[in-house]
Amino acid sequence: MSEPVLTAVPSGHQLELRPGGAWVAANVASLEHLAAEVAPELDRSSSVRVDMAEVRELDTLGAWLLEKLSRRAASQGHQAEIVGIAENYSGLMEEVRQVNRHNPAPKVAVNPAVARLGDLGRGTLGARDDAAAFLQMLGGLFMACLNVLRRPRSLRLTSLVYQLYRVGWQAIPIIVLITFLIGAIIAQQGFFHFRRFGAESYTVDMVGILVLRELGVLIVAIMVAGRSGSAYTAELGSMMMREEIDALSTMGLNPVEVLILPRVAALVIALPILTFIGSMAALYGGGLVAQLYGDMSPPIYLARLHEAISVTHFKVGILKAPFMALVIGIVACSEGLRVQGSAESLGKQTTSSVVKSIFLVIVLDGLFAVFFASIGM
Amino acid sequence: MDRPSAIRVRDLVVGFGDQVVLDHLSLDVRRGEILGLVGASGGGKSVLMRTIIGLIHRRSGSIEVMGSTIGDAQDRATQSAATRWGILFQQGALFSSLTVRQNIQFPLRENLVLSPSLMDEIAIAKLEMVGLTPEDGDKFPAELSGGMTKRVALARALALDPAIVFLDEPTSGLDPIAAGDFDALIKTLQKTLGLTVFMVTHDLASLNNVCDRVAALADGKIVAIGPMRQLLQSEHPWVRAYFHGKRSQMLQPQAS
Repeated sequence: MSEPVLTAVPSGHQLELRPGGAWVAANVASLEHLAAEVAPELDRSSSVRVDMAEVRELDTLGAWLLEKLSRRAASQGHQAEIVGIAENYSGLMEEVRQVNRHNPAPKVAVNPAVARLGDLGRGTLGARDDAAAFLQMLGGLFMACLNVLRRPRSLRLTSLVYQLYRVGWQAIPIIVLITFLIGAIIAQQGFFHFRRFGAESYTVDMVGILVLRELGVLIVAIMVAGRSGSAYTAELGSMMMREEIDALSTMGLNPVEVLILPRVAALVIALPILTFIGSMAALYGGGLVAQLYGDMSPPIYLARLHEAISVTHFKVGILKAPFMALVIGIVACSEGLRVQGSAESLGKQTTSSVVKSIFLVIVLDGLFAVFFASIGM
Repeated sequence: MDRPSAIRVRDLVVGFGDQVVLDHLSLDVRRGEILGLVGASGGGKSVLMRTIIGLIHRRSGSIEVMGSTIGDAQDRATQSAATRWGILFQQGALFSSLTVRQNIQFPLRENLVLSPSLMDEIAIAKLEMVGLTPEDGDKFPAELSGGMTKRVALARALALDPAIVFLDEPTSGLDPIAAGDFDALIKTLQKTLGLTVFMVTHDLASLNNVCDRVAALADGKIVAIGPMRQLLQSEHPWVRAYFHGKRSQMLQPQAS
């Protein structure tokens, strides 16, 4: 490929430009430089002639640069002509002459303060839409449940069992591992700090109450929101993108009943079970630390635990689980249904599904704390 | 032919597992022609195209594009050849998080060093060359109709002024008018830019109106290749069934 050149031959008020070599995209850096170099001379001359006889190779980019030079002269009221176009490039030059003729209207600049206010307003409206979507999904699920109660055969049992397998059974190893570690860490911290007051035995009370009432269910709910909620959003979102959900509706099936009810129901069933398993793992982790780090033998740990906790503590924790599951399921599914055409939108909705459901789980936990305190549990 | 072929495929074998899709296939695409490739659905047309551009691994055989040998997609020789071809995927394969203009600028930005203003001008030039307006440049792929998506994808395929463009079913999913316009566009661009076009298609009208030569792929081999007139007279049973089926009757002038 030959190097591009651009020779400027001034004669009086006329300027003759002789481009040569390869005017192709691969040489764009030098081409732009060449074109910029002749620009001042171009502005001084009253007529310009571009002689393309020496051009060996030409593509759209090179043709456009030459056209731009002649247009620059023409826009200042000078005469401009392009001659010596090889036959095989005449079509291209003709094509390039048509393009970039009208410029799109420049965008109106918005005052940044006004734009900020606009964003705030849109955000507020968005929160209202979120609440509406949540309630709508809750209502849809309720109707689907009623339908299933009326006609039990319409329950998608296969789908429900499969979802239970995915969100329940397959989640057990990671849930056990995480809660075990959390239980162990709490116990270690308890022993370490309570030792100063000689109140080591109260570590068991702390671990038992904390795990059963709060941490067990909270950790499991957050894990499930990140693990299964995000999967629900991504699945439903890509079904949305491929019009699968529209296809379901046109076949007279209710997507809430077919897709969403089995998923949410599986979560509602799985989360209490996972919470129970998680709590046990945490208590086991605490016991192991008690033996290895706190010099407390397992029988003593169990006896202390027996004294410290009651069924009430267990109930407080496990009662919260189905409600948290409902919140996670509804948020995940309604975010999934809001996915639009692009891959970016799928990512955005999945993120917002996880963030919103974790936030709502914690808010719900706070509300339950107030509730249980007021009824004395 | 004294000029070297644009694409030269020799003894190509491609298979998945036990199944052999392309069986010792050989094909030449001349420079500056529009070659249409027909074949049964699932018969390996797209596999052939994707093997040529290096997306599918081949078992044996050689592929040359514009004189350079093609390996796998990660191969350096293939990567350097990649700037000499443009590909229009069946669904457009536009990057959904970029605007139309950014989609067209993407190959320019990645391969060349040029000023932003020139990049904008080139992108708009390409948009106008495929029959869209500069205003369309700010849209996102999700906002485009099927025909516009194909046009934008073509503009992106042409961004670097490649010597060869591969078109995978360019007119599928378009109405006859839009398909006809798209055919005309391909023909015009092929003339103005001196392109070699390799087109996988089922659209009999495009084959008839646009293609210089048509190649028929059956049983993993090219069973017939030549101008449309020649293919219509082919004796191969599959080719006969393809071009003389009920749906193909519209190609023949009907006695009124």
